[in-house]
Amino acid sequence: MAEILSVGIDIGTSTTQVIFSKISVDNTASYFSAPRIAIVGKEILYKSAVHFTPLKSLTALDGDGVRAIVAEEFRNAGCRPEDVDTGAVIITGESARKENAALVTEKLSAFAGEFVVSTAGPDLESVVAGKGSGAFAYSSENECSVVNLDIGGGTTNICLFDNGETRGKCCFDIGGRLIKLGADGRIAYIAPAAKRVADSIGVSLAVGDPAEERTLSRITDKMAELLAAAVDRATPEPLLERVRTEKSTRMPKVPQSAKLCFSGGVAECFYRPEPADPFRYGDIGVLLARSLKKHPAFSGSDVIPAQETIRATVVGAGTYTTSLSGSTIDYSPGVFPVKNVPALTLTAEEQAQCLADGGAALAGTVRWFREQSDSELLILALPGLKDPTYGEIRALAHAVAAATEHTLPKDVPVLAVVEEDIAKALGIALKPLLNGRRYAVIDSVKVEAGDYVDIGRPLMDGLVVPVIVKTLLFG
Amino acid sequence: MIDEKLVQLITEEVIRQLAATGRVRLPGKEGSFVPQLVEDEDLASPAAKAKTLVEDPEDPEALARMKKRTTARIGVGNCGPRLNTRTLLTLRADHAAARDAVFKDVDPALIERLGLVSVETQCDCKNTYVTRPDLGRKLSEEAVETLRARCTAAPDVQIFAADGLSSTAIESNLERILPVLTDGLKAKGLKVGTPFYLRYGRVASEDHVSEVLGAKVVCVLIGERPGLATAESMSAYIVYNAYVGMPESKRTVVSNIHRNGLTAVEAGAYIVEVIGQILEKKASGVDLVK
Repeated sequence: MAEILSVGIDIGTSTTQVIFSKISVDNTASYFSAPRIAIVGKEILYKSAVHFTPLKSLTALDGDGVRAIVAEEFRNAGCRPEDVDTGAVIITGESARKENAALVTEKLSAFAGEFVVSTAGPDLESVVAGKGSGAFAYSSENECSVVNLDIGGGTTNICLFDNGETRGKCCFDIGGRLIKLGADGRIAYIAPAAKRVADSIGVSLAVGDPAEERTLSRITDKMAELLAAAVDRATPEPLLERVRTEKSTRMPKVPQSAKLCFSGGVAECFYRPEPADPFRYGDIGVLLARSLKKHPAFSGSDVIPAQETIRATVVGAGTYTTSLSGSTIDYSPGVFPVKNVPALTLTAEEQAQCLADGGAALAGTVRWFREQSDSELLILALPGLKDPTYGEIRALAHAVAAATEHTLPKDVPVLAVVEEDIAKALGIALKPLLNGRRYAVIDSVKVEAGDYVDIGRPLMDGLVVPVIVKTLLFG
Repeated sequence: MIDEKLVQLITEEVIRQLAATGRVRLPGKEGSFVPQLVEDEDLASPAAKAKTLVEDPEDPEALARMKKRTTARIGVGNCGPRLNTRTLLTLRADHAAARDAVFKDVDPALIERLGLVSVETQCDCKNTYVTRPDLGRKLSEEAVETLRARCTAAPDVQIFAADGLSSTAIESNLERILPVLTDGLKAKGLKVGTPFYLRYGRVASEDHVSEVLGAKVVCVLIGERPGLATAESMSAYIVYNAYVGMPESKRTVVSNIHRNGLTAVEAGAYIVEVIGQILEKKASGVDLVK
């Protein structure tokens, strides 16, 4: 049994949160089998307060403010930065801009030095929130489809799970803080998406207008209707496309049997009684929750409770981003940890080509990839072979060695990740071909083209390594 | 009390349906029949076994998922209180494969291709092998002589294969595992003995082998007793300083080596590491875990 301390930091449009969790790993195979190390438990040790995200302007983060919050929460949790083994800083929603990410990387380097800083991007955020809310676990435990709607300040991130698998995700510019109110009870900010929704139902709205519950409720009713359409519980309309978040992908049709789960700040008021003053938070979040509650699509028995609402994203980031490699892997001592390593992914056909020409074409690809990338390291991601012969393993090892021999500098290790469980055999075949160059071959991890990979220090007497595969990265 | 009249009515209806269609439908159930047998279909193949045989399942997808998670025969339907013919035939096909695995010999061409010396235990045939476990643990006199003459003496590691209870397992896995084992062990700078094949061999035959050749570590790759799920499963039993009569707890085992379990090459690579640890700690089995 080994334990990893993981931190999750979520810097969203409206709130910033930190959680610490303990991930336990153990050998789940019997004494008579090869080891099978798996994550056997996740326990949240500390949840921070929900802080408003400190902003310098409407779109620029206050880096020092963020740093102060994180530093304070590390103190409150009784954790030192050097105790943390893994984790993720996720910058979500409208805050996920390049400048903000760069700023956070710089300001949090003392805390986040060993781990990831990544901007989530709308799609990844949908998945992270859906895992944190418990929707993912529910779908696998109950063998059903669950669609999670993470309704935050600026966006609603939707993710469809089916039997513990992610089926699709999408994101809309609908949230509780699209309209903000000033201390004087007047409208202080209207996001473009909110304006579009208001226009569509003939409500004219301007900054400086008094905040009227009835008028704003009409807008949130429309938003609820749009969300119902987004999960195929109401007739789609053209307006829905006009509030779809930029770069958001499309989701397959949500089955009528799917359960519905809500997370995000707005879900806090959806599942619990709303506060006496609907404008307590200075936005339309409470009204949006109310509109959702009374919408027929969201008031039936197919709505399931969420394990986390406002903390879904941070819990997802802190506990679901780390996975484990296969338990029979091979690597040179001291080669880990590595961070932000871009993956050069080969399809099954490209791998077959590679076996046919002994890695000649792959060498060209590696050279090209290194020119494109500003990273010194790269990791070859191969599908691998199912129940291969040793001859095939050797051929693969030869191709990898040939492709990297002259294209990687001498001191750069050869890194490879294979999907099939063949890493140790590949390592044995590869080692003698590398003239002493360091190497690592891990398996049972799926890496897609364009992904980045973090690999942590080995655990359980070196049997496994923790792995984080990142879809989008800045840092 | 069951109404006699009702029983008679039911019986008549069943007989009528059987006469008309050869099958009995439950009232109110419409749907597809059980998949019919296709000519030349291999009932023991994974594709054939994946077929759902239940009529009108409530949730076909859920049933398909459940079937994926187990090799047990679930979702096979029934015909009254009995199995469907198809299920029965599949069971018999699997059972035949299991019996074949036990009673056939490893293809001599494989042994030749791998260039292995072939020897036997004190059993003279499969029947003796199955009924006299004690003889399956002892090398024949001829085998002792052959090994002394043709195998490297006092190696760090002696590897050999034995048919055990599944020749099929050896045929499926040996060619894949042997080269990675030898390469891996040699790369560790170990003196690897001459691999050979032992016919009619049981696990504890490795104790005798170890004494005859004076090996520090002995590792037998042996066919496991086949079940109805797979007849291809092989295990490796590894011992440090084995001797005849030693406790079974001194064996380290890596089991479930087959194409749908731990694949042979990866198992080989893993066993290389295990042998490394055994030599380093000078212990195997329970003593190694302590």
